Amino acid sequence: MRYSGWQVIAKGLRGQRGWQPAWRDPAPKLAYQVIIIGAGGHGLATAYYLAKNHGITDVAVLERGWLGGGNVGRNTTIVRANYHLDGNTEFYSHSLKLWEGLEQELNYNVMMSQRGIINLAHSDGQMDFYARRGNAMRMQGDDAELLDRDRVRRAYPGLNHDNPRFPILGGLRQRRAGTARHDAVAWGFARGADRRGVDLVQNCEVTGFRIERGRVTGVETTRGFIGAGKVGMAVAGRTSQVAQMAGLRLPIESHVLQAFVTEGLKPVLPGVVTFGMGHFYISQSDKGGLVYGGDLDFYNSYAARGNLPMIEHVHEAGMALMPMLGRARMLRHWGGIMDMSMDGSPIIDRTPIDGLYLNGGWCYGGFKATPASGWCFAHLIATDRPSPHAMRLRLDRFETGHVLDEEGTGAQPNKH
Amino acid sequence: MRLTCPLCGDRDSREFSYLGSATLSDRPADDAPFDAWHEYVHLRDNPAGPNAELWHHVSGCSAWLHVVRDTRNHQVLSIRLAEEGA
Repeated sequence: MRYSGWQVIAKGLRGQRGWQPAWRDPAPKLAYQVIIIGAGGHGLATAYYLAKNHGITDVAVLERGWLGGGNVGRNTTIVRANYHLDGNTEFYSHSLKLWEGLEQELNYNVMMSQRGIINLAHSDGQMDFYARRGNAMRMQGDDAELLDRDRVRRAYPGLNHDNPRFPILGGLRQRRAGTARHDAVAWGFARGADRRGVDLVQNCEVTGFRIERGRVTGVETTRGFIGAGKVGMAVAGRTSQVAQMAGLRLPIESHVLQAFVTEGLKPVLPGVVTFGMGHFYISQSDKGGLVYGGDLDFYNSYAARGNLPMIEHVHEAGMALMPMLGRARMLRHWGGIMDMSMDGSPIIDRTPIDGLYLNGGWCYGGFKATPASGWCFAHLIATDRPSPHAMRLRLDRFETGHVLDEEGTGAQPNKH
Repeated sequence: MRLTCPLCGDRDSREFSYLGSATLSDRPADDAPFDAWHEYVHLRDNPAGPNAELWHHVSGCSAWLHVVRDTRNHQVLSIRLAEEGA
C-alpha cells in the first residue's frame, strides 16, 4: 500500500479500518544470499539499499529483540554534516543528501526537519577553529556560516550569553542540519526493504558463525542454522561480542551514553545547539520537550540505563548554558550502549574472514549516518569494494596510522 | 557505583578517574614487534561481564587501582593496588 494524504483521509472516514501491516513477519529460510545481523537503523538501511541499488533481494535481517529496539530508538535524533576531516566530510555529506530525499524515497514520513544547528564558540581559538571547519564543510559542498556574537544572540535569545566562564562569542551554523523522527527512520527502511522482498526476522539471536576454510558459510541462531553467502554485522553497542564469535578482537570499547527529555514546553529553541565546552547539546522536539545529552559515563559499560552522577553533571552544563532549563521538569532519561572506537570515527569494512563484513564503531553519532551507512555497507557487501563515500572508514587504519581522529583525543574512547 | 579503595575505604565513583583495560599496564618493550604495539594501543577484549581495568583515585590518595568489575551491572568483584602486580 502506498501511503498518501488521500489514504489518511479515506481511511479516517472509514474509522481507520483497512490499514495493512507495514512489513511481513516471516520465518527464516534455510539460506540466504546475504544475512545482515541487527535490525536497527543501519542494518535495515543496508538491506534496503542492497535491494534498491544492487538488486540483491535474497536477504534476511536477523534481530535478537524487536526491530528498531536498540540505539535507533534511543538517540537524540540529530542530523548534521559538520565534520572537518577528509574521510568524514564526504561520508556525512552524502548522508545529509540522502536524508533530504528520504521521505520521498521511502514513501514514509520520517519527520525530517531542517531547523539548523549552531556549535557555540567561547574563545578566539574556537572561532578560528570553526572558521576552518566551516571552510572544510563548504569545500565539501555543504553549507556553513560563521556567526558573530550578535547573530547568535538574535537566533537564540534564551541562552546565557554572558556566562563569566564561557561567554558566547559566536558560533558555526549549518542550516541544512536538523532533526528527524528516529523510530520512523527504522520503520521506513524496514517497510522499504520488506516491500523489495527482504525477510525481517525478529526474535532471532545469532549465537555463532560457521566458518569453513576462512570463509563464512552461515550463522547459528536461536532459530537454527541459517546459511549465507555473505554476512554483515550492524550491531553497534554489541559489535565486540558478535565479532568475538568469529574470533575477531576490535579497536572498540562499549560505553553508556545518557539522554534526557523534559515535559512539553512552548517553543524556546528554534534549532539544535551544541555547547562543546560543557559537552552538552540540546534541541526541542516537535511535541515541545527539550531533548538533551552530554558525556559518556567514562567507563566501559553494558548497563543500558542511566545513573545519578551523570544526570547531575549534564544538568550542571545545561544550567550554565540555559538557566531556564531549571524551570522545566525532566520527564525521562535513558542510556544506550555506544561502540566507542579508538579514534572516534566509524568502521565500514571487510574483516579478515571472507564474506564477513563489519559496520560499527559509531561512537556518539550513528543516527545521522543511518542512510549513508546503509548505502555504503550495501555497496561494500555487494561489490567487495568500499563505496567512494566511505573509502577511509577502514578497519586497518589503526594499524597503518591513517586514523580519523576528528576530536584529537587519540586512542582514549572515554575521552572523546 | 562505589569503589572500596584499599587505602581510603568505601568511596563514591566520582572520586575516581577511569583509564581503561588493565592490559594497559602490560606495556610492550620499546623494541617489541609492531603488532604488539598495535594490539596494546588499539585492541580491547571489551567483555560484557567481568573486566579487569585501571582506576585512578584522583580525588583521594592518588593511587592506581586494579579493579575487576562486571560491566553489565557494575558489581565490583575485586580491587587492589595496581602496583602490587598480577
